[in-house]
Amino acid sequence: MNPFMPDLLPAYAEIFLVVMASVILIADLFVPGRDRGLTYGLSLATLVGCAVLTVGTMQAGGGPPSYAFGNMFVSDYMGNVLKLFTYMAVAACFVYSRGYLADRDLLKGEFFALALFATLGMLVMISANHFLSLYLGLELLSLCLYAMVALNRDSAASTEAAMKYFVLGALASGLLLYGMSMIYGATGTLDISAVSKALEGGRAAKPVLVFGLVFVVSGLAFKLGVVPFHMWIPDVYHGATSAVTLFIGSAPKLAAFAMAMRLLVNGLLELAVDWQQMLVILSVASMAIGNLAAIAQTNIKRMLAYSTISHMGFMLLGMLSGVVNGNWLNAADAYGAAMFYSLVYVLMSLGAFGVVVLLSRSGFEAEQLTDFKGLNRRSPWFAFVMLVMMFSLAGIPPTAGFYAKLSVLQSTLAAGQVWLAVVAVMFSLIGSFYYLRVVKLMYFDEPEDHSPVTARPDMAVVLSANGLAVLLLGILPGPLMQVCYFAIRAL
Amino acid sequence: MQPHAPWLTLSIWVPIVAGLVVLATGGDRNARVARLIALIGALIGFLVTLPLAAGFNTGTSAMQFVELTPWIERFNINYHLGVDGISVLFILLNAFITVLVVIAGWEIIQSRVAQYMASFLIMSGLLNGVFAALDAMLFYVFFEATLIPMYIVIGVWGGQNRVYAALKFFLYTLLGSLLFLVSLLYLYNKSGGSFSILDFHKLPIPMAAQTLLFFAFLAAFSVKVPMWPVHTWLPDAHVEAPTGGSAVLAAIMLKLGAYGFIRFSLPILPDASHALSGFMITLSLVAVVYIGLVALVQADMKKLIAYSSIAHMGFVTLGFFIFNAYGVEGALVQMISHGFVSAAMFLCVGVMYDRMHTRMIADYGGVVNTMPKFAAFMMLFAMANCGLPATSGFVGEFMVIMGAMKANFWLAFLAATTLIFGAAYTLWMYKRVIFGAVANDHVGGLQDIGGREFLVLALLAAAVLWMGVYPAAFTEIMHASVNDLLKHVAVSKL
Repeated sequence: MNPFMPDLLPAYAEIFLVVMASVILIADLFVPGRDRGLTYGLSLATLVGCAVLTVGTMQAGGGPPSYAFGNMFVSDYMGNVLKLFTYMAVAACFVYSRGYLADRDLLKGEFFALALFATLGMLVMISANHFLSLYLGLELLSLCLYAMVALNRDSAASTEAAMKYFVLGALASGLLLYGMSMIYGATGTLDISAVSKALEGGRAAKPVLVFGLVFVVSGLAFKLGVVPFHMWIPDVYHGATSAVTLFIGSAPKLAAFAMAMRLLVNGLLELAVDWQQMLVILSVASMAIGNLAAIAQTNIKRMLAYSTISHMGFMLLGMLSGVVNGNWLNAADAYGAAMFYSLVYVLMSLGAFGVVVLLSRSGFEAEQLTDFKGLNRRSPWFAFVMLVMMFSLAGIPPTAGFYAKLSVLQSTLAAGQVWLAVVAVMFSLIGSFYYLRVVKLMYFDEPEDHSPVTARPDMAVVLSANGLAVLLLGILPGPLMQVCYFAIRAL
Repeated sequence: MQPHAPWLTLSIWVPIVAGLVVLATGGDRNARVARLIALIGALIGFLVTLPLAAGFNTGTSAMQFVELTPWIERFNINYHLGVDGISVLFILLNAFITVLVVIAGWEIIQSRVAQYMASFLIMSGLLNGVFAALDAMLFYVFFEATLIPMYIVIGVWGGQNRVYAALKFFLYTLLGSLLFLVSLLYLYNKSGGSFSILDFHKLPIPMAAQTLLFFAFLAAFSVKVPMWPVHTWLPDAHVEAPTGGSAVLAAIMLKLGAYGFIRFSLPILPDASHALSGFMITLSLVAVVYIGLVALVQADMKKLIAYSSIAHMGFVTLGFFIFNAYGVEGALVQMISHGFVSAAMFLCVGVMYDRMHTRMIADYGGVVNTMPKFAAFMMLFAMANCGLPATSGFVGEFMVIMGAMKANFWLAFLAATTLIFGAAYTLWMYKRVIFGAVANDHVGGLQDIGGREFLVLALLAAAVLWMGVYPAAFTEIMHASVNDLLKHVAVSKL
């Protein structure tokens, strides 16, 4: 390969995104008015363009993974699937939050530019094949998110949340970096594939590796938001404006999943016995604390924050059942299940926060659970969408959430971890209580507030599609499961 | 096998699609349209189940009307439907009760009519799915999905304490179902990647695993039956549910648990079933005797009937776990009969409740003076509830007692006490409510049943009498399948 003209084909989507994000940042200066129609349109068009380019690379490199930037960047089937879902999630966030932000005078070009740069960070994380590119992507994402949380700078809660997020996030990045440096010390390389090879050789010093692994897993756990590194989640979800919460709660989960896959599976699979034990603790603690704490919440954003924690814990069950007694037979099943879980979770999270954003009007935040009272009277259709989301989050068939839980539980049992599966379903049972409470408020109670629920046409269409997608995936989950399975097998 | 029309698919999806259409009619301004569409949907839903009865071959225990399409290939889950002599009757019963429930809710439900009717239609389709599913995961999906409409029905149209009852109903049943799910996944891994119930029937399982699975299945099914001591959700849910909800709950939903025992526990885990039969029989007898006594002291009519349901279902589980043809067939007959009788009893209470807005026995007295036609119907159903010969209630109880007699005299003796308790609580309630002098002005002002109510009760009365006088029509259908089941249960799978 010519070092001066590297083959950038695998990274066309990212390059396009960075160019367009810069263009949007500048173009927005010349867009008059509060509505930001042009910025909004351009941002959505950028995401569509990225999707087209990603699909293009998928066809071009249909077979083995293709690399760019001297092996630092990989484009494979799993990455591309995750990227496509990321575009979808970000686009849905734009559609949902436009009216909300416009009502609050927060619809500025910065929101779109930051979100697009954050998206770029996620894409880099998804495609990282090198500790440095992974870290770069992570930091780009995190810095954009810190700024987005503080978007509403006149709000004390937002500023506080941003500060907390920043301090804790920086600490977690430090941990991750420290862990990576240990692994570098033991293996002599930062390239993820090379790390994997060095570990297979078995010459690397085990104590140093495991020491590094602990820090890597801690950093990862922070980004996923699992117990005991979960403290930031409720505060950030609560403090940020709902539109930003919507953003944080959706697409970055995919990037975090990709990061876990790249680090633990692509890189450190040889150490699976060690990190799987750590994940067991993280997973069980997250399901316990997430589900129990969510019951006590009266603020729906906090409730959904704790629900996120429990869901990430559940997803980890898939991550930790890939390798059984040094045997990788279950790996594609287990990681495929975890990937399916993440994708479905993002869809559910988008829908649930979408309804929260929908109910907020100018001068009114629908943040309390009681704001959902009697929603069925005010808007039967959106109450139904929220009903589907809640039952899906609780994992009741026929919704997508059930199949997500089913596939993860199946891989857990296939790995012989019966007790983990039983613990998981027991906490799901506890969890279903607070989802049911939302349904109860919407359907069984009389509304306190009779103002009609109005949605912009674009939001109404996308939110409805989101709800129907969760229902449709609940009736025909097969194809997406297959996609996830192949994505992992192609790694 | 001859090609056949997809009657099972139709019997599942016709009510569901009709329910969605009803839902689309929107608010209460279109209530008339919603009711009409719901009735048409329920009637078509009933009509498409009739070929199942007409074309049913009673000579074989094999699954009939089988449909098999891959559904989720990743996990080898199939859209696999079929009925045998055990399940076909429940599909017919369910479709029949759905029509009655739609008619019974015609005038009573005035708020959110479309959502009410749609919930029942969708639930009816899902329940048919449970009875027709031959793939364990398909079964589970239908089994769980029925919770959603029922939760909404109890919570939205229920009485005072409806939220508590709805939550209790949901969480209790979910607890059992989740353990059931884990067990199914265990069996899936054990069988080398199949969710087919028929494959599970052949799968050898060691005793320790059988015992654990048995308790997991028990958790799921005993809550649904409900068996003592996990029955406490039922009185709450029944009392708070609207009349139609109670009728469907008692007539069909409770059968899911018992059906689960006969489709899953007995044939998949025969050794554990035998080993634990004493335990199951004890629980059943506690339900029959103790719950019968509890029913006696109830002041609320719906609660009384709810407790009587638990006692009757105790008979069903008793019949299953004595492992002879009389017991199992008697239990199945009892299930069908209880479907008619409990639905009828709840509808009777509903008739009175709509007029008086109270379910307390003490608020009534002398209803016969103002509602003679109604009193006659209720008399019949009360008699059926306590198992009088020539009503459907007698046949099942008699067969189970006969089966129990073959197993053990004292067992039969204890089981037979139900005839006394049943008569005591049902007739005593009947006496206090219906007979005597007119108790108060409200009772004095009662109107007798109208044409719509007459139709519903007459249809149920006809069913109860038909089954009481000529039960062979029902037992013939189930005979081959029950014998086959017992043959399977007798063979160890260790």
